[in-house]
Amino acid sequence: MKTMIEFKDVKYIYKKHEGEETTAIENISFTIEKGEFIGIIGHNGSGKSTLSKLINGILHPTHGDVIVAGFNTKDHSKIWDIRQNAGMVFQNPDNQLVATMVEEDVAFGPENLGIDPKEIRKRVDEALETVEMGAYKNKKPHMLSGGQKQRIAIAGILAMKPKCIILDEPTAMLDPSGRKEVMDTIKKLNREEGITIVHITHYMDEIVEADRVIVMDNGRIAMKGKPFEILTQVEKLKSLRLDVPQITELAFQLKNEHLIDDDKILTVNEMVKKLCQ
Amino acid sequence: MLKDVTIGQYYPTDSIIHRLDPRTKIHFTFLYIIILFMIDNFAGYVMAFAFLIGITLISKIPLGYIVRGVKGLVFIILITVFINLFMTPGTPIFKFWILEITDKGLEVAIFMALRLIFLVTGTSLMTLTTSPIALTDGIEYSIKAIPFIKNYAHELAMMMTIALRFIPTLMEETDRIMKAQKARGADFESGNMIKRAKNLIPILVPLFVSAFRRADELAIAMEARCYRGGDNRTRLNELKYHKIDLYAYVIIVLMTAAILSTRFIFNW
Amino acid sequence: MSIEITKLSHIYSQNTPFESSALCEVSAVIEKGDFIGLIGHTGSGKSTLIQHLNVLLKPTSGSILIDGVDINAKGTKVRDIRQKVGLVFQYPEHQLFEETVAKDVAYGPGNLGLPENEIVQRVKDAVNMVGLDYEKIKDKSPFELSGGQMRRVAIAGVLAMSPDILILDEPTAGLDPKGRDDILKVIKELHKENNITVILVSHSMEDIAKHVNKIMVMYNGKIEFYDTPEKVFAQADRLEEIGLGVPQVTYLMKELKKTDPLVRDDIYTIDQAKAEIINMLRRRKNA
Repeated sequence: MKTMIEFKDVKYIYKKHEGEETTAIENISFTIEKGEFIGIIGHNGSGKSTLSKLINGILHPTHGDVIVAGFNTKDHSKIWDIRQNAGMVFQNPDNQLVATMVEEDVAFGPENLGIDPKEIRKRVDEALETVEMGAYKNKKPHMLSGGQKQRIAIAGILAMKPKCIILDEPTAMLDPSGRKEVMDTIKKLNREEGITIVHITHYMDEIVEADRVIVMDNGRIAMKGKPFEILTQVEKLKSLRLDVPQITELAFQLKNEHLIDDDKILTVNEMVKKLCQ
Repeated sequence: MLKDVTIGQYYPTDSIIHRLDPRTKIHFTFLYIIILFMIDNFAGYVMAFAFLIGITLISKIPLGYIVRGVKGLVFIILITVFINLFMTPGTPIFKFWILEITDKGLEVAIFMALRLIFLVTGTSLMTLTTSPIALTDGIEYSIKAIPFIKNYAHELAMMMTIALRFIPTLMEETDRIMKAQKARGADFESGNMIKRAKNLIPILVPLFVSAFRRADELAIAMEARCYRGGDNRTRLNELKYHKIDLYAYVIIVLMTAAILSTRFIFNW
Repeated sequence: MSIEITKLSHIYSQNTPFESSALCEVSAVIEKGDFIGLIGHTGSGKSTLIQHLNVLLKPTSGSILIDGVDINAKGTKVRDIRQKVGLVFQYPEHQLFEETVAKDVAYGPGNLGLPENEIVQRVKDAVNMVGLDYEKIKDKSPFELSGGQMRRVAIAGVLAMSPDILILDEPTAGLDPKGRDDILKVIKELHKENNITVILVSHSMEDIAKHVNKIMVMYNGKIEFYDTPEKVFAQADRLEEIGLGVPQVTYLMKELKKTDPLVRDDIYTIDQAKAEIINMLRRRKNA
């Protein structure tokens, strides 16, 4: 496997307007391999959003290096390569759509890259098909639901043909059906298109199927590992101001009472299997 | 009355006029406005009127729609007519108290009214037959052809696009904020002018805060999508002239010549 | 403070091509002291319904009585209704506008025309009620606060009007788990200590399950279910059909019931589930 993203001892300090300085993140080192699905969780203000902006070169590390697709984000001449390779989807679906028509918006990225109009047309149609929004290409963005808007935002990134997509709390403002639409789309991109996914969220159930999970707290990495290794540490997660899915919590309690032997249970099916052995 | 103004609205249907390149329509509208102010005789107006009717029929836009657009501006037209009617010196043909209508005044007033009506109708026709996106593109391309300001063409067009994109969003937001403040007992309907203006602060402050937040987030999102101004940028739908645009230009030139020739042939 | 909704209908943009029916002959009674969870997907009519309770929308037909008073009758003062019924919109922090927290919270009671000392007292109480330190925070700009704090200040702005009925439209949207639990704790306390009737709109079945005593499910402008959590969550199939779900443990119990028909499936909290699983395991041992 090839490395997609690498953080080497990264520190980032925010400068506030009155000369005050706040350390947003510190001592961050990790690597993300090509094709992985990484979940990043942490409460608000834990530094997870800063992390995402460092990947895309919107912010530059105060100390250390961020390497994306082989390019150092400090190298200004490569900034457009980095942004093309590592696309970003943000929290508020309204504040990232630029154009007055869906297909024009999806075309925005490739237009910026100076791609030939015929090729743009092809990419826009393909991207809209991938997110299953082809029927909406002539609609106005403000007429769409939150989940649909986020899928358009994802299509807009796809049309730039990225190797990696970073999603910064893309489901935080959506209702359950919108969340499901977006999560299904993200999982499909990872599985079928082999796109590396960095999914930032505070919904625990969204990272159950991730390859690896990073838990952020206070600007540092608090936990790192496979979903079951993380999610089963119920008490530690609670101390980090996070919660666990009902099933995991139940498994934890049942194990404490010695009713089941292991607690690597993250889904309803796993629990049924365990209890009906 | 403001909602009746049809300038700036788009009436989606399929007609030859709708299919014309937006540049053709923008250039035509400009030329038409210039011509309107050069006509100095009745025959010229008859021709300009006939031309307008012709285009309206081809564009398949209901006449009522266009009439409504003129209705919205009736007040402005009436003021212009009155000023011209009573303020133009010449041979008096009617006198009442200190008001005096002259033959010249009558002529200028009628011409002025016709000019305004034709102007409103002509520009409405352009916006009614051109989608906001096409219009923005057309303006961008047209400005690019002007030497002094061509460097700002892309920025201007991008600003227009973003404005069009966010108007509905901000309107919804205004409605939501208004309701939220009403739920806190706000009263926007009573009181004198000053009190009413003051009552708007609880709406305007949150609206500005939100607009700035949106602008900030949008700027980051655009940058993340490799936006770096208009240089080396391509377009999904590039504007291309078609054969029908060529015909349209020929017709426009002929019309201009015909209308202007009335200046020399007729002198009423 | 009971609410009596009778055959309430609302049609948006009536007699235009954009006409759309948002509520269709909705009837329900909400008793004083109830804690209602209102659920339904976007466009189900739930936000149209709550705006009626605050007279922000007027019914196309039907009526709403609050304590026997028709809120849309000619003689009823809108201001009195809005004082009685506090409505907290989604993302309420977006309505903050004053220079200081204290001034912002005072906006509502100020609009009610209360005397100055009464306003100050109410602001103080409201800020403390949402779990913030009044003395520490009163002179701060609301825009300097963290997201969770801003939201609490905004809720305090509604509480300062001392409503008898509090309606909250997704008060935890966008907050992290801790922020969410803090807000829900505040609401729970208000309901218990101040005996306020609460209507909580939420998408989280788990949150609803944990707190409310009755659930109202809306679908297509109508009330689909209006009952206790046990009875509503027992309808998992129908809830899924209309784009909603049930808490994870309810799904689990339904699955377990397939292997042991004695398992109850009207269960929706972790504690209930644990007790039921213990029962099930015991049965199996004895068998």
